Amino acid sequence: MGTLRNREYLSGNFGRLGQLWERWLRSRESWLILLLALLVIGTASMNARFLGPQNIKDLMLNVSLIALLAIGQSIPIIMRQIDLSVGSIVGITAFLSGLIFFGHPNTPSLVVFLVGTGVGLLLGAVNAGLIIWGRVPSLIATLGTLYIYRGADYAWVHGRQINAANVPSSFLALGNIGFLGVPLLMWIVILFLILIGTILRRLPMGRECYAIGSNPAAAILAGINLHRRVSIGFLFSGAIAGLTGVLWLARFGTVDATAGLGIEFQVVTAAVVGGVAITGGTGTVIGAALGALLLGVFNSALVVLRVPPFWQQAFQGTMLLVAISVDAYLAHRLAIRLRIKRSHV
Amino acid sequence: MPDASPIVELLKISKWFGSTPVLNKVDLPLYPGEVHALLGENGAGKSTLVKILCGVHLPDSGKVHINGEAVEFRGPAQARRAGIAVIYQEPTLFPDLSIAENIYMGRQPRGYGGFIDYSAMHRGVTAIMSQLGVPLRAEDPVLGLSIADQQIVEIAKALTFDAKVLVMDEPTAALSSAEVERLFNVVKKLRTQGVALLFISHRLEEVFSISQRITILRDGEFIATGSVADFTTDEVIRKMVGRVMTTLFPKEPAPIGEPVLTVRGLRRAGVFRDISFEVRRGEIVALAGLVGAGRTEVARAIFGIDPSDEGEISIEGKVLRDPDPTAAMQAGIALVPEDRQQQGLVTELSAKRNATLTLLRQLHRFGLMIPRLEKAVAREWTERLQFRGHLDEPVRVLSGGNQQKVVLAKWLATQPKLLIVDEPTRGIDVGAKAEVHRTLSELAKTGMGILMISSEMPEVLGMADRILVMHEGHITGEFSRSDANEEKIMAAAHGNA
Repeated sequence: MGTLRNREYLSGNFGRLGQLWERWLRSRESWLILLLALLVIGTASMNARFLGPQNIKDLMLNVSLIALLAIGQSIPIIMRQIDLSVGSIVGITAFLSGLIFFGHPNTPSLVVFLVGTGVGLLLGAVNAGLIIWGRVPSLIATLGTLYIYRGADYAWVHGRQINAANVPSSFLALGNIGFLGVPLLMWIVILFLILIGTILRRLPMGRECYAIGSNPAAAILAGINLHRRVSIGFLFSGAIAGLTGVLWLARFGTVDATAGLGIEFQVVTAAVVGGVAITGGTGTVIGAALGALLLGVFNSALVVLRVPPFWQQAFQGTMLLVAISVDAYLAHRLAIRLRIKRSHV
Repeated sequence: MPDASPIVELLKISKWFGSTPVLNKVDLPLYPGEVHALLGENGAGKSTLVKILCGVHLPDSGKVHINGEAVEFRGPAQARRAGIAVIYQEPTLFPDLSIAENIYMGRQPRGYGGFIDYSAMHRGVTAIMSQLGVPLRAEDPVLGLSIADQQIVEIAKALTFDAKVLVMDEPTAALSSAEVERLFNVVKKLRTQGVALLFISHRLEEVFSISQRITILRDGEFIATGSVADFTTDEVIRKMVGRVMTTLFPKEPAPIGEPVLTVRGLRRAGVFRDISFEVRRGEIVALAGLVGAGRTEVARAIFGIDPSDEGEISIEGKVLRDPDPTAAMQAGIALVPEDRQQQGLVTELSAKRNATLTLLRQLHRFGLMIPRLEKAVAREWTERLQFRGHLDEPVRVLSGGNQQKVVLAKWLATQPKLLIVDEPTRGIDVGAKAEVHRTLSELAKTGMGILMISSEMPEVLGMADRILVMHEGHITGEFSRSDANEEKIMAAAHGNA
C-alpha cells in the first residue's frame, strides 16, 4: 500500500532488481491491481456479460469522472486537508455549461471548458481564502461551502433543467467518443495522471506537498510556504471539479440542480481506498485513480450479480473502513515494533 | 586550543521571563574544532541560552558575535543562514519521505526541465553518510529510523547547510551506548573539520570523554568555565548544585504506617525498568532525578494511563489488575499531573466545576447534578487549601498557585489513600509554594501516602521522608531524610551512585 511501501522497513539484501520487486510487492497500487483482477475474474466467471463491450465502456465512462475528481482531491489530502465542496462545484459548472449552450447554441466547446474550469477555480479560491485567511479548518470550511454552493445552485437553477436537446451534439459526442477503444474521458484522466503524477514526484513543488502533510511544523522550518501550497491545492481541486462539471454535461446531457449531489464522499473514499492517507503525507494520484476504478468495478459487479442496489453504498463504506483499518493496524504494529526496538533502557 | 578566535561568542547575555531572571550576564565562546559542554541542573538556563544562540529568543541585554561581528538574529532562519544548526533531542523530520528528501527539502538539486535530480541528491547523501561513517541509505524512509539515526539525518542536513556551529541539546538522552559511541565518532569527525560544537548532556562521563571545554551555569548565573582537564566530576557536581537553601515549610513528623502503595519490578519497554518501591501511610516519598529520567512515566503507569509490560502495582496489599485510571481511582489513587493547563484542569470551566469533576457520580440525582451538593463539596476542599479566588470564575483567570489548589481539591475530594503529585510547585510563587507544602504535610499527617515527583532540590530535601532517585529509567539511589544531601542526589541522578 502507499503507506505500507513507505512505512515498512526495507529489509534484507536484495539486488537493485530485488529491491524494486520488493517495493512493488509492498505498494498499495499492486494490491489494488491484484484485487481488481480477482474481482473481474470472479464476477466474469459468474456472469460473462460483465466483460461485454457495452458494460466495459459504461464502466470506464462512469469511473473516469470520479477518478478525475479523486486526482484533484488527492492534492489537498496529501497536505492533510480535505475538499468536500467538489460535488457542489460540479453541480454549478455542469448547469452553467448547459445554460451557455441553451442561450448561445453556437458557443465553441473550448469556451465552455474554459468558463467551467475558471468558475471551479474561483470557487476553489473561496475555499482557500476561508482556510488561509479565515483560519477555518478545511473540513469545516469546505463542509460549509458544500452547502453554500449547492444552496446557491438550487436557488439559481430554480427547478429548471438542461436537456440533451439543448446541447450541441458535437459537444455531447465528447462524452461518448473514444480513441483506440478508450473513451475520451479516460484519456483526460490519463493525461492528468501523467501531469500531476510527474509534478508530485519530480518537482520540488510536489514534494513540498508531501512534506506539509507529513509534518507541517517541520515543513515551515524547512522554509516551505505552507499557505501558498495549501491555497494552490484548493485552487487546483476546485478547477478540476469545474472541469468535471463540464464533462458531466457532455456525459449525461441532462442536467438539473442535483448534478454531482453527494459525489464528494465517493471521491474521498476512492482516494483513501487508493492509499492517499487522510492523515496526509502519503499516496499517489495513480493510487487514487485505481481506488476510483476499484469502487466502480465493485459497484458494476454488484449490479451484474443482481445484488440489490441498497447494498452498494454499504459495500462502499465497508471498503473504506477496511482500507483505513488496515492502515491504522499497520501503523499501530509499527509503533509497537519501534518502541520495542528502542528498548535499550 | 584557543589559539584560534571563537566562531561564535555570546557576551554578557541576560534574559528575563516576566520578572524572573533566567540568565544573568552569561558568556559562552565557541571555538572551531572544539566541543564545548554546557552544564547545569534543570532550570539552570541552558535551554534558554541555546534558544538565544539559535535565534528563538532575543537576549534582553548582551551580544551575540559571529566571527567578531555583532549580530542580532530575528528568528531561527537567520541563525541557520549564519551557519548555526541545532539538533534537538527529538528531531523534526518528515516521516513519510526518504532520508535524502528530508535532508534536501526546500532546496533540492534540479536537473533538466527543473525536475528534481534524485541521483544527485542520493549521491550527495551517500557522500555525507560515508564521510560520517554511518551506513544510512539515501532512499530509505525516515519513518522506522531510530532516534539515533534521525539525529544523524539532522546532522547530515546541517552539513549540507555548511553549518559552522552545531548545537546538540541532550542528543544522547534517548540513545543506547552503542548509538552514543557512533554519535561521538561523528562528533570527532566534525571536530577535525573545524566545526564548533555545543554539547548539552546530563551524563557527566560523556561530557568528560567528548568535550574539550566546559561551562557551568546555576540558576541562570555563570559559575565556571575552563578546559575539561581542570575539572573533576565531583567538582562539577558541587559547582552545579552549591546553592544556598531557601527557607521552606518542612514536613512535620507523622506516624509512618503500613504500605499504601507497593510497586514490584515495573517495566515499560524503552521507558523504565526494575522499578520497585513502596509508599507508606503518612509518608512522603520523593522521586528525584533529571528531566527525562522516567519519573512522570512511572507515575502514569501507576495511575494506569500507560500500560506497563511487566511488574505489579498493589494498593494496601491488593494487586491492581489491568490498571486503568478508573480502576486506579477506585483503588484510592489520585494523580495531580505536572501540566495543570493541559492535563489537570478544564480551563474554561469554573473552579467549582473543576473541583468536583472527580465526583460527578456522587453529586447527581436521577442523572441531574445537584448544585447545592456540588457547591458544598467544592467549598470544603478549597477552603481547607486556602483557595483565594471566586469559585464561579473560570480557572484560566486564576493564578498558578490557585489553579494548583483547584487541582489538588479535585483529587482530595475523592479521599485518596495515595496521592501522586508531579512537580507540585512548578511555576507558582513562593507564598503559594509554602502553602502547597504545608498542605502536603497535613495530608501526610492524616495517614495519606504521598509520592512526590520533584526536580527542585530544596523541595525534595525539605519535604520527603525518603528520596528515590531515578536515572535513565531506573532507580539509582535511595536515601532517608537524614542521610540525603544535594551532592548525593545529584550524583545518583547522573548515574554516578
